[in-house]
Order: sequence, then C-alpha cells, then structure tokens
Amino acid sequence: MSMPFYVSPEQLMKDRADFARKGIARGRSVVAVQYADGVLFATENPSQALHKVSEIYDRIAFAAVGRYNEFENLRIAGVRLADMRGYAYDRRDVTGRGLANAYAQTLGTIFSSGGEKPYEVELFVAEIGDSAADDQLYRLTYDGQVADEHGFAVMGGAADVVGGYLEERYAEGASLADALRLAVEALGHNEAEHRVIEAGDLEIAVLDRTRSQPRKFSRLRPARLAELLGDRTPVPTAEPAEQPTDQTGAPAADTGDDGPPVAPPVS
Amino acid sequence: MSSPRLPAAFLQPGTTSFADFLAEQAPDLLPGRRAVPQGQAPGHAGELAPHGTTIVAATFAGGVVMAGDRRATMGNIIAQRDIEKVFPADEFSAVGIAGTAGIAVEMVRLFQVELEHYEKIEGTTLSMDGKANRLAALIRGNLGMAMQGLAVVPLFAGYDLTTDQGRIFSYDVTGGRYEETAFHSVGSGSLFARGSLKKLYRDDFDETGCVTAVVQALYDAADDDSATGGPDLTRRIFPVVQVITADGGRRLADSAVAAVADQVIAGRMTRPDGPAAPLMEGGQA
Repeated sequence: MSMPFYVSPEQLMKDRADFARKGIARGRSVVAVQYADGVLFATENPSQALHKVSEIYDRIAFAAVGRYNEFENLRIAGVRLADMRGYAYDRRDVTGRGLANAYAQTLGTIFSSGGEKPYEVELFVAEIGDSAADDQLYRLTYDGQVADEHGFAVMGGAADVVGGYLEERYAEGASLADALRLAVEALGHNEAEHRVIEAGDLEIAVLDRTRSQPRKFSRLRPARLAELLGDRTPVPTAEPAEQPTDQTGAPAADTGDDGPPVAPPVS
Repeated sequence: MSSPRLPAAFLQPGTTSFADFLAEQAPDLLPGRRAVPQGQAPGHAGELAPHGTTIVAATFAGGVVMAGDRRATMGNIIAQRDIEKVFPADEFSAVGIAGTAGIAVEMVRLFQVELEHYEKIEGTTLSMDGKANRLAALIRGNLGMAMQGLAVVPLFAGYDLTTDQGRIFSYDVTGGRYEETAFHSVGSGSLFARGSLKKLYRDDFDETGCVTAVVQALYDAADDDSATGGPDLTRRIFPVVQVITADGGRRLADSAVAAVADQVIAGRMTRPDGPAAPLMEGGQA
C-alpha cells in the first residue's frame, strides 16, 4: 500500500473550482435585466420543454446555467421550500433572500465537502417588489457565493462578452420591449460577429409587477416575442439602446393581451 | 426548516404532489392528520366548530358559475355572517366548501398549493379530471376526522380547456368523486337549492342568467334551511359568486352580486316563493 499523495487545501479547492467553472463555461449565457415593471430573463434555448428560467413563487423566479440535472434538482428543492414555507406561514413570508440563502448554504456545503463533486451550476434568484427600487437580483456561484446584482447580470458561457455589451448600453427604467431587445442583442453578440437569434430559439420570461394575478411570473411565447422584437436586421455596429420614451404607459398596455393568465405555456 | 441548508429530502427527485411531500416531511401540517380524542358521542366534535353550509354550482354555454352563502353556524348559533366558502383553486377552477369550516379552509389552502406546485414542477397544468382526483385524495385523508363528526364535503367546478366546457364534481366524505351535469349543490340547504335549480335551470343560459339562477337557488335554500344565510340587506352581505370561463376565473364584484340579489329580492316582494315554472312543457306559467 502506498501513501496517498498530499494535496494542499489550496490546490484542492482550486481544482474543484476549475472543474466547476469549466462545466459552466460550456453552456450558453443567461441574461437578467431589470426594467421598469420588473425583471426580464433571456437565454438562447432551442428546447421548449427543458427550461432554464422558471417560476419559484409569486414574486420569485429562478434561472440557471450548467448541468441540467443539478440545477433542476435545485429548482425543485426551491419550489418545495417556497411552497412549504408559504403553506406553513403565509404567502408573504416567502422571500427571495431566504431562498438565495438556502441555495448558497447548499452549494457552499457541497463545494467544500470532500465527498461530493461540486455542482457545475450558477443561479439567479430574482424577486420583484412593489416598485423597481425594491427589486432584488441575486447571483449565486457554484461555491455558494452570493452577489447582489443591480441593473443587469450575466452568467454562463460568454458572460464577459455579453456583460460588456450590456454594460455599455444598459439604461435604467427601460420598457419591456427595449429591455428585451437589448437582452437579445447582447446574447447574439460576440467579438467576431453579431447574430440574430430566431424567436423560436429564445427562452424569455419576466417577473412583471403589472400582472393582476398574485403570480407575477410569465413566459413570453414566440408570437409575442416576434411582436415585441419587431424588425431585426443584423446591426453589427449596433447603436446604444434607445432611451425609454414612455416608461409607465407602454409596458402596462403590452402585458394586457398575454393570453390566458397561466404561468407556464400550455402547449 | 431551521437549518439554512436545503434538507436532503428536498433535493431528492420524487413526487410532484405537494400533499405527498408534506406527508413525508411535515405530516403535522396536513389537515386530516390531527388526532381527535376518542370516546365521545359521534357528532359531538362537530358541534364545537363552525360549519359552512350551502354551495351551488351551475354550468352555462361558455363556462361555470359557483356561489356560496355567507353563513357559518355552530349548533343553533350563527358563528359568522360573512364567511367566504367559495375559493379559486387555480386559474380555471374553483372549490366551494360545506362542513367543518376550519378543516375545510385548510384543505382548500392545501389544494390550491397542490395545483400550483404541480404546475411549477411539471411546467404544465393538471387536467380537469386530474385536479378532481387530487381533491378526492385529500378528502379521503380526512376520513378519520369525518367519522368523528368533522366532515368536509366540497364542490369542485372548473372550465375544461380540452373539452371547452364547464364541469362540476361532487364528493362524499370517503373521497368518492362524482361528475354532475348542468348543476349541483352541497351543504345543509342543498336539497332546497337543488330543487330550485331543477325548475330554474335552462340549457341556453348566458352568464348573467346563470348567476341569477344560482342566487335564486341560494335564496330558496335560505328560505327553508336555518343554517343557510339569505341576502343580508341591512349589512349588504351577498353571496360569493365565482365565474369561470375560457378566459380564466374571476370573483364577481360585490356590487354586481348586490345588483342581481336586489332584483331577486324585488321579485320575491310580489311572489315570495320566487318565479313559477310552467306546469307542462311549453305551457303557461
């Protein structure tokens, strides 16, 4: 029997972090953008069934990149936690902060325990309040770190490039259509070229505080996306996003014709 | 839920049913799991707790209407005069409760979470029959309490998006599930309400007609059953009316129900027994 090799704790953690980061970098990016009426999530996802963005509770949504089976587990655990807390106490007692904390503890414990392989996931947990100032957006990494993001956030494969594009063009209090256009442009942007992503390949969902139902999460279906995105000829030298013109009236009217008010699409 | 980390059971793939998950993780939160002390006469526990009474539901061409009176009784006492017994279960269905109010309200809350939980985990809504069966399972879990006199008998109605029609389901205390056609009623005043709807119901009702018919039926139930509350004119308390169509469910505004109730009452001023049905098909009233 030979003695096991000594590996310093620093090296062990670094190896685990590299392993997780590599897994995450393989996937496509997810963008979260705060706009006048809530938070918008956008990602390129050709699958209509395997979602990266989902509803957790009335005002809380979840988005993830990385290994599907791992973040799906975390999503279901989040739904269970939220529903159980809401049932045992009250619907108002379910908070995004509490959920982000539970995820952070879980990811952190798994990352630093020797027995389990670290999760190759990154998460967004967003919660909307009564006004844009109360909206919260948390970004959680594979090792359980939590970052409180403002305005916009990107995770996944080309996070740096997409984030850089958003950084230059993001404007606070944009309308839904403007925020959507910016997010989709950012997703299609990389150093070499500027792609136009098909409406059918986009997964877009919003937490929209203007919805009359208590459940504020809704997915934007391709027909509605096409209508909001309008004409999309490739613009390699895209000008900065237009300044929002009408911040209150337009988005409210936009959300009126969103079909039957069920959170997930009934396909 | 005290430890900040998600418990291992939460991360386990498994059931999509919230009630089943609750039964494993926190069984004390389930409505039917509490032990009632044995050794008392059957029905005794039932007199300690408020009882909800009459619920009626009727379908019309584009949907279904459910309405409930506002009275809860405790023996001969009126426990509450503005209780609400009709609740939206999800976007396209509603549930009305008769029986022990405390347990029934809890069961409705569990049922609402159950439907929403499934929808979030599976990404699609349950079928109308699936919803009706889940409610039956919850009632079955309450059988022990029902035997002690704390029975809950709900009425479930909703709009079925696949068949494009309103549907009504009734239940018994053992969780038996029965689909009803056209209209149904549960609770202490249900015999009178059903008799009334038998004579008033028409196949070609529109929404307003249907709402008027159920308000008439509740008036008839309150007329003959002391546990059913009639329209309270001094306090302006009127039935809760839930209308469900292809566009989803909504509760009628109190002012809209009040307008219908005022018309019904005005009619009863001249004929206290309500509108008369024709003696023969196509004959004179």
